[in-house]
Amino acid sequence: MLAASPRLRATLLRIAQSIPVVIGVVIISFLLTRALPGDPAVYFAGVAADTESIEQTRVAMGLDKPLFQQFFIYVGNLLQGDLGQSLLSGRSVAEDLAKRLPASLELTLTALLLAIAIAVPLGVLAATRPGTWVDHLCRVVVTAGVSLPTFFTGILLIYIFYYLLGVAPSPLGRLDFIYLDPDHVTGFYLIDAALMGDWETWRGAAKQLFLPAATLALFTLAPIARMTRAAMLTALSSDFIRTARAAGLSRQTILYRYAFRNALLPVVTTLGMVFSFALGANVLVEKVFAWPGIGSYAVEALVVSDYAAVQGFVLSMALLFVALNLVIDLLYTAIDPRIGFSSK
Amino acid sequence: MTATTSRRNFLKMGAAGASVLPFLRAMPAAAQGSDTLVVVTGATINSLDLHRSGTSRASYQVGINCYDRLLSFGTKQTPDGGFSYDYQVIEPELAESWTESEDGLTLTFKLKSNATFWDGRKVTAADVKWSFDRAVSVGGFPTVQMKAGGLERPDQFEAVDEETFVIKLDRASKLTIPDLAVPVPYIMNSVEALANATEDDPWATEYLHTTAAGSGAYKVARWTPGEQLVYERNDAWVGGPLPALKRVVIREVPSPATRRALVERGDVQVAFDIPDKDAAELAETLDVFSTPVENCIHCLCPNFAFEPFQDANVRKAIAYAVPYEDIFQAAAYGRGLPMWGGEEEINDIAWPRKTQYYTDIEKAKELMAASAYAEGFDVPLSISLDLASWMEPTALLVQEALGKIGINVTIEKIPGANWRTAVLVEKRLPLHLENFGGWLNTPDYYFFWAYQDGHLFNSSNYRNEEVEELTNATLHMPMDDPEYAPKIKRMFEIVLDELPRIPLYQPALNVAMNGAEGYEFWFHRQLDIRPISRV
Repeated sequence: MLAASPRLRATLLRIAQSIPVVIGVVIISFLLTRALPGDPAVYFAGVAADTESIEQTRVAMGLDKPLFQQFFIYVGNLLQGDLGQSLLSGRSVAEDLAKRLPASLELTLTALLLAIAIAVPLGVLAATRPGTWVDHLCRVVVTAGVSLPTFFTGILLIYIFYYLLGVAPSPLGRLDFIYLDPDHVTGFYLIDAALMGDWETWRGAAKQLFLPAATLALFTLAPIARMTRAAMLTALSSDFIRTARAAGLSRQTILYRYAFRNALLPVVTTLGMVFSFALGANVLVEKVFAWPGIGSYAVEALVVSDYAAVQGFVLSMALLFVALNLVIDLLYTAIDPRIGFSSK
Repeated sequence: MTATTSRRNFLKMGAAGASVLPFLRAMPAAAQGSDTLVVVTGATINSLDLHRSGTSRASYQVGINCYDRLLSFGTKQTPDGGFSYDYQVIEPELAESWTESEDGLTLTFKLKSNATFWDGRKVTAADVKWSFDRAVSVGGFPTVQMKAGGLERPDQFEAVDEETFVIKLDRASKLTIPDLAVPVPYIMNSVEALANATEDDPWATEYLHTTAAGSGAYKVARWTPGEQLVYERNDAWVGGPLPALKRVVIREVPSPATRRALVERGDVQVAFDIPDKDAAELAETLDVFSTPVENCIHCLCPNFAFEPFQDANVRKAIAYAVPYEDIFQAAAYGRGLPMWGGEEEINDIAWPRKTQYYTDIEKAKELMAASAYAEGFDVPLSISLDLASWMEPTALLVQEALGKIGINVTIEKIPGANWRTAVLVEKRLPLHLENFGGWLNTPDYYFFWAYQDGHLFNSSNYRNEEVEELTNATLHMPMDDPEYAPKIKRMFEIVLDELPRIPLYQPALNVAMNGAEGYEFWFHRQLDIRPISRV
């Protein structure tokens, strides 16, 4: 069956290739968290702990054991799907990630869709009408997007739309406290609420999502718009477009079928990059909007040397990026049939 | 009810008790009714069990609001018109009455006969014994705190009959009774806990971590770590007057700017523990309570392990060089109490007290000239990044001031995770900022932690034989003992002369309210929601 489907085989090969990467990430994340200065036993023993109670805490946390033994315990648990117990949240890391990763992804993906919806048409328009007001608008938006830090945009949006105008809901996380969380299916509130047919909660979740997603979109649309504009300009000035024009094809066909499709490749590459740094920029947006996402979780865990949580975060991010790269590679082949997987 | 409460059975519960109804769908008007309160805070509640190792400070509020202790403190009015707990007045909570034996070694408590846990079972002395045994056995912070009151071993506790509980002490101490009213020795439902205990986990730490099982004024209706905790009133509570609020939602909002916007708009009624800057600015429009934290002082600590600081003249020179007023305005925005410019003669035993030092650069220069380090020296001043909001401006001002007397200061910023290890455990920072605050409000308790050799908060490696002796003598002595006051005054005199810690100011705990009243300050610096009501 594998031989019959080269694409499936290539995909499986890709996944197999990522296994060493994941093993490397496991080892490095373990060693790096241990290399962090700071003593979690002292931190978690509490405010008035003495030497004896710090030692008790150390034993309870298993940190008195030699490093390689801790590593084998960690890997053993990992193989059973146990990411360990977060000391900070007091729950298992797997449970925390299952709760928080969808929150971050929902925010990031919404922001990305919003950014694409604005940036791509803007880039295309700017490229087809260079020097006009659309082009200038594009330049202004791009400059503003990269130069305004997200926490500043976030606070500014809250100040205008919530504090002054009162049109946005209270920036209190994913749902106002008057709603109940929808049943957990995907962890994406918009999807889960829609699955339940609970449109009241859906609207509540969408309202909460809008400002933080807009903040993040403002930040991410800059590189997308720039890349779209540049790629479109290159495509429009190339020989095959001249040929197409000479052949008398309609403007519509030239623009979308030939120019845009060729320009898409660098845009998709940029999207992959933008997605990864949007996840990073999430931290600040999460703090400002009390969004219970994975970025703020990781930062808090790092601050108190919560080993299990940091390792779980790094590992899940590694897996996420392996998956992301795979998706982008597959997208390439869909966009440009000339790019195929080598079957070797 | 726990974090595992699913939507479905939560709704079922709602059908049983109309009080849950506002949670159904969107009913903002009802949810914002007079019996619901929304609180925002920046800290995370990471456990429902205070005794667990790793439980965050913010989680102590569950111990306060959901559980009862045998005793509690009374209430008093503060000078600024707010309320505070009263260390001098002990009130019964779960105990109906208590007696002390002649020699002070046996304490006998009679429990309230109508007190019940949330599951309806009567609170018995066996529950009290189990809870106390747990606190002294689990190790870590609860065990240390119990020890402060002379409660160290399970054999000190005895359940005589269903309603009588006896504590036997090795020595009489004035700290025992107050230590029974701090958050730690709370009473858990031992039957429910034991049913969920395992061989590896005899104290049911896993179960009680996610499930509260108490008799307190509020039950936990929902808990999502990192997001919110919802309290619901226990109508059968007998520990005190029934609280006015039926439901209290504690929401975690990390950004101070967002918390401020929420309370200013009135969408939340309480913003707990807000920065000094916001407190100073909001004070004109909202009810802001800035209560100086009892028995807590922000200090500049010269470490005796660092040679130049062994010179008394150098320490005094620093004390005269520090720009106290500027620090108080820049770091605390004037919230809290000044700790400088007081009388040198010690006439009372109030602590924290104003020191005899004030900013006088000329005097500081003279003292430096008289010291063995007249030509000055280099020293790093260490601060914690976690506490940067007050430490950073303070450190910059200290750096500038000490530069004028020839001490060349470089500021060293230490990440929060390393701070405690470096400053308190290894005690290796030559010059640093520190802010110990004692739960039990007596000067000797502060001295025990901060001035006795080898003790955790003595980050200056200070040792003075007389202070050692006096602290040991006064720690358990009743405060009305005729010997107490003279000994305490002598202790003040020594440490304010020798200056292992240079007091800067007493910090405040800031709470902003918009549409609620009845806030009470507590030494544990957490929100006691029981006295609060909507206006």
